[in-house]
Amino acid sequence: MALPTATGTTPCPECFADITLTDVMQHEITQCPGCGAELEVIGLAPLTLALAPQEEEDWGE
Amino acid sequence: MSSPRVGVLYSRVRVEEKLLFEAFERRGVTINLLDDSTLVFDITDVRQHPYQHFDVIVERCINHSRALYSLKILNDQGVKTVNTALVADICGNKLMTTSALAAAGVPQPKALVAYTPESALAAIESLGYPVVLKPTVGSWGRLLSKVNDRDAAESILEHKETLGSYHHSIFYIQEYVKKPGRDIRAFQIGSETICAIYRHSPNWITNTARGGRSENCPVTPEMADLCTRAARACGGGMVALDLFEDPDRGLLVNEVNYTMEFRNSIAPTGVDIPERMVDFCLRVAREGWDAANGFPPATSAHLATISLADGASA
Repeated sequence: MALPTATGTTPCPECFADITLTDVMQHEITQCPGCGAELEVIGLAPLTLALAPQEEEDWGE
Repeated sequence: MSSPRVGVLYSRVRVEEKLLFEAFERRGVTINLLDDSTLVFDITDVRQHPYQHFDVIVERCINHSRALYSLKILNDQGVKTVNTALVADICGNKLMTTSALAAAGVPQPKALVAYTPESALAAIESLGYPVVLKPTVGSWGRLLSKVNDRDAAESILEHKETLGSYHHSIFYIQEYVKKPGRDIRAFQIGSETICAIYRHSPNWITNTARGGRSENCPVTPEMADLCTRAARACGGGMVALDLFEDPDRGLLVNEVNYTMEFRNSIAPTGVDIPERMVDFCLRVAREGWDAANGFPPATSAHLATISLADGASA
């Protein structure tokens, strides 16, 4: 079974420009082509974006 | 054996995670995603836990703390993971990495540890300027300080002690290695160094996450031997090693990363890194950690700091 994805258009939470996304997954990181904000997919139905979290102290490889 | 039951513990779906998911899919392996933001572990139950049916769980957390604790719980519950809690514990902390590499005789830059600003200043002066101050936990070149003189040392030490949390007062002080405008990122999977890149940057921090330019670096026998020994000292598995080229001492191991990022290294090396990672994970699922690594379990005292349940990896 393939992993759940979504395709559609949703507004950027930063600049409100419509962003078209294809086959994105929950928690996928993307970037607004309009304002450059780093965004995270936080919902697939309906397709919803939020600003990606700020880097934390123990983030990394 | 039927298709292994594979879980992927993750935080965000970045380019690396998508490439790994696609590589598993090409093998016909269905993966179960374990979102670390929703997990609740019953850490007192090692027999009826919900992860016992997995043949392997692949860790791709973005937080070191979540990765380390999750792997520890899973390994104690008898679940095989890639990498193991032991690897995460050693590689996720520069002090632990340096100590493990030293015990194994792996060449690396000289490093000192001190616990007070006064002793740290004395340690810095004993090394001679410049030195590099690093947080023991952290990545992507974050909060590294190149300390050029005593004035800077006193200021940075005061700031770290006053503004930082307690672990910023564990002062990790490394000699400054003058690099030829580049360093090396090598990828180790089990007993094989599969590829490497040069990371070029005019800045003393060459991390590609900070804009460093990458180029293929041929894996020499010397490099492969060094990386294999370093990875083994850290518990094995899939790791990315940062190497310095010192004109007098040759290659030195600077860091070993256990949740490796590889998006900028596939094109210059021509090596399908996610495919090789999936090969390793499936081998761990089918044959176990030791067979996948191609060497017997390490027995050095410094590798016995985490107790793993029978049947667990490492």
